[in-house]
Amino acid sequence: MSDLPKANQLYHTIEHRTPATDWMDTPTVIRKGIYCYAANPKSLEALSAPNPREWNPVEEDWKLPDNWQEIIHKGFKERLEKFRSFKVFMDICVRCGACADKCHYFIGTGDPKNMPVLRAELLRSVYRNDFTMAGKIMGRVAGARPMTLEVLKEWWSYLFQCSECRRCSVFCPYGIDTAEITIMGRELLNLLGLNIDWIATPVANCYRTGNHLGIQPHAFKDMLDFFVDDIEEITGVRMAPNFNKKGADILFITPSGDVFADPGTYTAMGYLILFHYLKEKYGLEVTWSTYASEGGNFGFFTSHETMKRLNSKMYAEAKRLGVKWILGGECGHMWRVIHQYMDTMNGPADFLEEPVNPITGTRFENAKSTKMVHITEFTADLIKHNKLELDPGRNDNVVLTFHDSCNPARGMGLLEEPRYVIRNTCRHFYEMPANTIRENTFCCGSGSGLNAGEDMELRLTGGLPRANAVKYVHEKHGVNMLGCVCAIDRAVFPDLMRYWVPGVDVTGVHELVGNALILPGEKERTTNLRGEDLPGMEDEADE
Amino acid sequence: MRLEQLLNEHTEQIVTKWFNALAGTYPLNTAQFLKSIPDTFANPVGNIARQSLRALFAELLAANDHKSLTASLDPLIRVRAVQTMFTPSQATAFVLELKPIVRQCIAETSLSPEVTADLKAFETRVDELLLLAFDVFVNCRETVYQIKASQEKSRFYRAFARAGLVREDPDADPDSASS
Repeated sequence: MSDLPKANQLYHTIEHRTPATDWMDTPTVIRKGIYCYAANPKSLEALSAPNPREWNPVEEDWKLPDNWQEIIHKGFKERLEKFRSFKVFMDICVRCGACADKCHYFIGTGDPKNMPVLRAELLRSVYRNDFTMAGKIMGRVAGARPMTLEVLKEWWSYLFQCSECRRCSVFCPYGIDTAEITIMGRELLNLLGLNIDWIATPVANCYRTGNHLGIQPHAFKDMLDFFVDDIEEITGVRMAPNFNKKGADILFITPSGDVFADPGTYTAMGYLILFHYLKEKYGLEVTWSTYASEGGNFGFFTSHETMKRLNSKMYAEAKRLGVKWILGGECGHMWRVIHQYMDTMNGPADFLEEPVNPITGTRFENAKSTKMVHITEFTADLIKHNKLELDPGRNDNVVLTFHDSCNPARGMGLLEEPRYVIRNTCRHFYEMPANTIRENTFCCGSGSGLNAGEDMELRLTGGLPRANAVKYVHEKHGVNMLGCVCAIDRAVFPDLMRYWVPGVDVTGVHELVGNALILPGEKERTTNLRGEDLPGMEDEADE
Repeated sequence: MRLEQLLNEHTEQIVTKWFNALAGTYPLNTAQFLKSIPDTFANPVGNIARQSLRALFAELLAANDHKSLTASLDPLIRVRAVQTMFTPSQATAFVLELKPIVRQCIAETSLSPEVTADLKAFETRVDELLLLAFDVFVNCRETVYQIKASQEKSRFYRAFARAGLVREDPDADPDSASS
């Protein structure tokens, strides 16, 4: 008789229930598909960041300095003293649980340590142990625990499973911003050289050449020139964008993803078409910069100092070129940095004017201090004053829904402007359910430097709540396009849709503008910016 | 009375128990969340699971074909295939949980020979469902690997293109760039 076990015996050996242990007793497993690769030491060296060395998160030895606990303790103390909000957020949480089920990573992965309250507890437990009387005396009874290597690894794992999207903060009755706790936690990890490569290398590139990909000025210009050729083929209009033009009215800065990665490239073509139109019709001079060639700022995911260093080029370039104010493209975290930090970090930009749209006379009050205006606000203002001639019929193949990108929506309240532009450039627009849009928007699942290839399972599970809402409007209204105003969204949504909602493509808002805008002297267009036949033009395009 | 009629009366009870068994494969806090939030958009995993299990149970009773069973399995397995806390066997084992639930449900009923035969056939269909779950799971994992592979290909393609090492071809697609 065979020694092989019977099927039911085998079945009973499968343990498919996870242990019901207390979170402090549940060991952290750094799993494939969830973690990102460690920072390349060369990138840390380029930034003079601490402890550059080769290391691997799944190996036992993380090659930490001998006094790493002291470094964390001192770093923690320094930040508690420096940032009042951090101290308050450590103290006031009553663990009511309002945030617990609001995180897309918790909803998608099912891992309780991704509940924002628990992710914050990872730091709070050490805070109590090191800095509170109750924690020092009562230890674990008071929710305190000492900083050990296991705790450090747990921090690293879960602080890089937070996209700093701030959805949890919308629901916190105390207004605790868990993203800020993640920001501080990542700063502390960076003191030990524990960054991920998807953040550290773009930061190093950006510091060196001005953009995440390390593209040099001539290549940046070449890419935009390619778009100029493509636009001429589609519209018959040759345009000559300004580069580094001194004395231009406005400096335009956008994430480099728009210049180098589809489908963001079509959004970049939309910007070019808009700027050409404004130059021809109203004489407005907008210039691109090959130095400030990156709106994104992965320094924001590293430390305040790094964020400041990378951001400084925006004002420096505006000053060098002598423009009146700055216009910013469709980006996510770039806007949180601009709106909430730039003015105090690198301002005041008293050499710039308070932004006024020279074509409409509109004063952009909310940008009075930063001197930087969001392009959808600018375009919405132009449309409102009938300054753009638009043919929304050229987007009739698009059945659109709109994803509010986390940082513009929650970080600066940009909710209506993109929708106003969309409604004027696209005739088939359907909103996703109310608890998944506007300030309640669900993250793409890949923000804050987590848009690497190796953590795809984390990205797909984190993006599930967003994809689930897209699937609903796809099935109900036939939505075939997901609009957004963020370069990371545009880079990651195609993969997310491929897995969860095949049949839905991704676009930036200014791609719609580029298609709809009627340029002076243009030929009859037969295709959109992607080279796809326009509605009713299928026969003409074939000829 | 045949098995289908017997079980039809208990559909809600069986689907709820099956769902609870599935929720039990998650950590305690997660299981509570999956069970308690009815909103489809706030709790997508819980709602996808409920819908899938309800549809699967109806299809098993009706002895539907593999195509419709696969269609109902897909949304749920698609979720569990990327939840890395599960091994492949853990991700799909919930299918087998239905057998003891059904047996428990009819435990106090004296079974006629027809019902016993029906039960055997039903349990065979559950076994087949497990095999289908394996197919769907592998299909989902392959999609993940394809996504990862396309990303890598496209990264190298762009790098080569920037270095001027790619032949000019307006129709070139990184995904199809094999040379």
